[in-house]
Amino acid sequence: MKLDSKIPAGPLAEKWTKHKFNVKLVNPSNKRKHTVIVVGTGLAGASAAATMSELGYMVDAFTYSDSPRRAHSIAAQGGINAAKNYPNDGDSIYRLFYDTIKGGDFRSREANVYRLAEISNQIIDHCVAQGIPFAREYGGYLANRSFGGAQVSRTFYARGQTGQQLLIGAYGALSKEIKAGGVKMHTRTEVVDIVVIGGQARGIIARNLVTGELTRHVADAVVLATGGYSNVFFLSTNAMNCNASAAWRAYKKGAAFANPCYTQIHPTCIPVHGDYQSKLTLMSESLRNDGRIWVPKAKGDKRPANLIPEDERDYYLERKYPSFGNLVPRDLASRNAKMVCDEGRGVGPTGNAVYLDFADAIKRLGRDNIAAKYGNLFEMYNRITDEDPYTTPMMIFPAVHYTMGGLWVDYNLMTSLPGLYAIGEVNFSDHGANRLGASALMQGLADGYFVLPNTINDYLATAKLPKVGTDHPAMAEAETAAKEKIDKLLSIKGHRTVDDFHKELGHLLWEKCGMGRNAKGLKEALEKIPQIRAEFWKNVNVPGSADDLNQALEKANRVADFMEFAELLVRDALNRAESCGGHFREESQTEEGEALRDDENFTYVAAWEFQGLDKEPILHKDELVFEEVHLTQRSYK
Amino acid sequence: MSEKINITLKVWRQNRGEEGRFEVYQAQDIDTDASFLEMMDIVNEGLTLAGKEPIAFEHDCREGICGCCGALVNGKTHGSHEQTTLCQLHMRKFKNNEQIVVEPFRAHAFTVIKDLIVDRSGLDAIIREGGYVSVKTGSAPEASTTPIKKELAEAAMDAAECIGCGACVAACPNGAAMLFTAAKVSQYALLPQGHPERTQRVKNMVAKMDELGFGNCSNEYECAVACPKGIDVKNIARLNREFIKASLVK
Ligand SMILES: Cc1cc2nc3c(=O)[nH]c(=O)nc-3n(C[C@H](O)[C@H](O)[C@H](O)COP(=O)(O)OP(=O)(O)OC[C@H]3O[C@@H](n4cnc5c(N)ncnc54)[C@H](O)[C@@H]3O)c2cc1C
Ligand code: FES
Repeated sequence: MKLDSKIPAGPLAEKWTKHKFNVKLVNPSNKRKHTVIVVGTGLAGASAAATMSELGYMVDAFTYSDSPRRAHSIAAQGGINAAKNYPNDGDSIYRLFYDTIKGGDFRSREANVYRLAEISNQIIDHCVAQGIPFAREYGGYLANRSFGGAQVSRTFYARGQTGQQLLIGAYGALSKEIKAGGVKMHTRTEVVDIVVIGGQARGIIARNLVTGELTRHVADAVVLATGGYSNVFFLSTNAMNCNASAAWRAYKKGAAFANPCYTQIHPTCIPVHGDYQSKLTLMSESLRNDGRIWVPKAKGDKRPANLIPEDERDYYLERKYPSFGNLVPRDLASRNAKMVCDEGRGVGPTGNAVYLDFADAIKRLGRDNIAAKYGNLFEMYNRITDEDPYTTPMMIFPAVHYTMGGLWVDYNLMTSLPGLYAIGEVNFSDHGANRLGASALMQGLADGYFVLPNTINDYLATAKLPKVGTDHPAMAEAETAAKEKIDKLLSIKGHRTVDDFHKELGHLLWEKCGMGRNAKGLKEALEKIPQIRAEFWKNVNVPGSADDLNQALEKANRVADFMEFAELLVRDALNRAESCGGHFREESQTEEGEALRDDENFTYVAAWEFQGLDKEPILHKDELVFEEVHLTQRSYK
Repeated sequence: MSEKINITLKVWRQNRGEEGRFEVYQAQDIDTDASFLEMMDIVNEGLTLAGKEPIAFEHDCREGICGCCGALVNGKTHGSHEQTTLCQLHMRKFKNNEQIVVEPFRAHAFTVIKDLIVDRSGLDAIIREGGYVSVKTGSAPEASTTPIKKELAEAAMDAAECIGCGACVAACPNGAAMLFTAAKVSQYALLPQGHPERTQRVKNMVAKMDELGFGNCSNEYECAVACPKGIDVKNIARLNREFIKASLVK
């Protein structure tokens, strides 16, 4: 495998414009002769499917949900960034570009990130034209807020439901194209394999989740927009159905997987409260604007918060990072919470929580002001925990939230498998080793509305695409393999449930490859994962049948892939012996305990090539070249 | 403080194309901090290990925003706690040894697919008739060109909060999708972006609603009580006005 990132030559600010001109176009009357499969209808997939259909391509879109109005994207609360500079506070495309590169700890591609910043403004224009009710000022103009510690206000938002409103906008566009006949929508249909013919991605095998029927679909190109893999940890803030299967199966068919160890752990989530817990709930980052984070100074202090006097509290972020205080970036806030809990100073029934206290803010601004700002979040917290954050400090703890790693793509968003594209969270993306708040929505929509519909023309116009049918032997072979896997899962009839195995795997990852990672623990995990996997294939219990709606089977099929994928994640974490962004290697830290990057040895994207399950994958180093920015060590002291 | 309770669950079980029936299960030692769906998870783990098929129910975000979940709990959509989806309902709302009856959303236009899962694709079909602004990617003007009064933007957002769960349809004695449709029609009636298509939009969406077997609105307003997002019945009045205006246009 030879990786070519295909970054266009020329000055940074002109690359995208020039590239669009150099892309070969498909004659308008030929467009409808091309079929493109889009797997996933979250923000990235829905926007891409709708836009390609508007251009004249025939699109087959797939989602496992009952409707494309539902996808994990819907849960995004905070907002979407753009370099509009409406508040006149010094923002620009260049600043958004720089912040994203720096925030990603200098582990992303300059050209891609610049393009993202450039397109950000068009996204807002388009979404406003779609009738998305963004927040507005009294004068009727669009409102912005500062988010995730950014020094400018560049985040557009629709109350606490930005993801919902953007997704409904993209779903509207998709509905319009379904009605117009350009998109054929396959709901309640899960893609279970990618079919490669003559070295090109030419189709998929899908399972109808209601009848269990396996179906074959051919196309000239396949686009994966299937989201991130946070759920490999079992507990995360992702929706329950999020999984890594489509990406993982693409990897096994020849697409390189990049930087799987880059996972983002969000500092402000509601702590785990019992072993029956099914997922974690994010509390918006905006709470850190007014809440103060603390734990008791003494280990094992079990007194209720209000009985711990001021001088026996440790406001550890304010103490360690006096200039940023409670607003340090996500990775720092998370890691420090873990540190104080590991020291035995954590609070709550499990000891795995820290306080987020609004008492001072209420004293300073008044209860009404705080209610106006955070009322809905306080209510959500109360609903889940039955506690009142107005009178008792909230308890929070970090949780897995987003995955920066994903399928390797070039500047055109094509994976290393010709004809297979990856957009949105499923690609290894523009966020480097750490994503800034409000930039995943921006990236998903940039990819889907503006980048892919341009770059895919080039492939469709120039690639040799011999006619293939669903009766092609490669199609039959892939279908048989999918069927055998399903039959195998159903035949084991063991003594443990799918969730039981998923929890075991997730717990191991969280312990050994979570907020802090070291060689010893990672090696232990590398040994343990194949054992769990072997036990899974011997002892899992999947009830029901293959030709019926069977949620346990759906889950088993996904967890089986997590069992394999987890190994690659850990292997990548072991290879990257530096700390960067969300990846903290305990061996690589400064004297003060801060993350220490190793630019000399690790300024590359780690792209892994599959060699078979029992063989080590090959590591390809896709070097990152910085022409525009200087690499600096992040400091928030 | 949380405690452990025991619950008797009477759950509707149904396979595709077959008659349904109630079955009774015991949920033991349920933590009152658990959510309703986590209680269902626990029951399902037990059923699986006992060699039975788990109860099929839809869910995804478990945060009250995706609109996947929903069932009748003791005859009420989502259990009928003010502005709560089923996934946000917690076991502390129930008493020890209580019996809970769980059934799928019932409406003429929603058929049962399995157990608690129903087919709500009719709602998508209504949206396809015009529940959007027909703007192609690339043709939008600069976003700040048209100022929009804050109150209008807020009112549009109130309507746009709909999560498409279908509780309004299930709560309506006529199985109408009026609140659902009205919310979308309102969002675009309030915003200038929606105006060029407003006549066709309301006509086509209402026609589709009728065609698919959703009932008529007889102003019972059960829908608004059931709505987990608090969508206001004022939107129905707005739909009616839009519809009358549209009927006057040739
Ligand atoms: C709680 C929360 C809050 C967030 N808040 C923000 C925020 O404020 N701002 C921000 O920028 N980002 C935020 N993010 C991140 C952001 O929401 C996601 O990264 C982004 O929405 C991902 O979009 P996507 O289109 O790539 O994937 P998704 O929305 O995950 O969509 C994946 C799609 O793929 C489909 N799919 C997957 N596998 C298959 C298969 N095998 N067969 C068929 N279909 C399949 C699914 O059905 C779905 O339609 C948040 C994330 C979380 C968890
Ligand atoms: S599971 Fe998403 S709203 Fe309940």
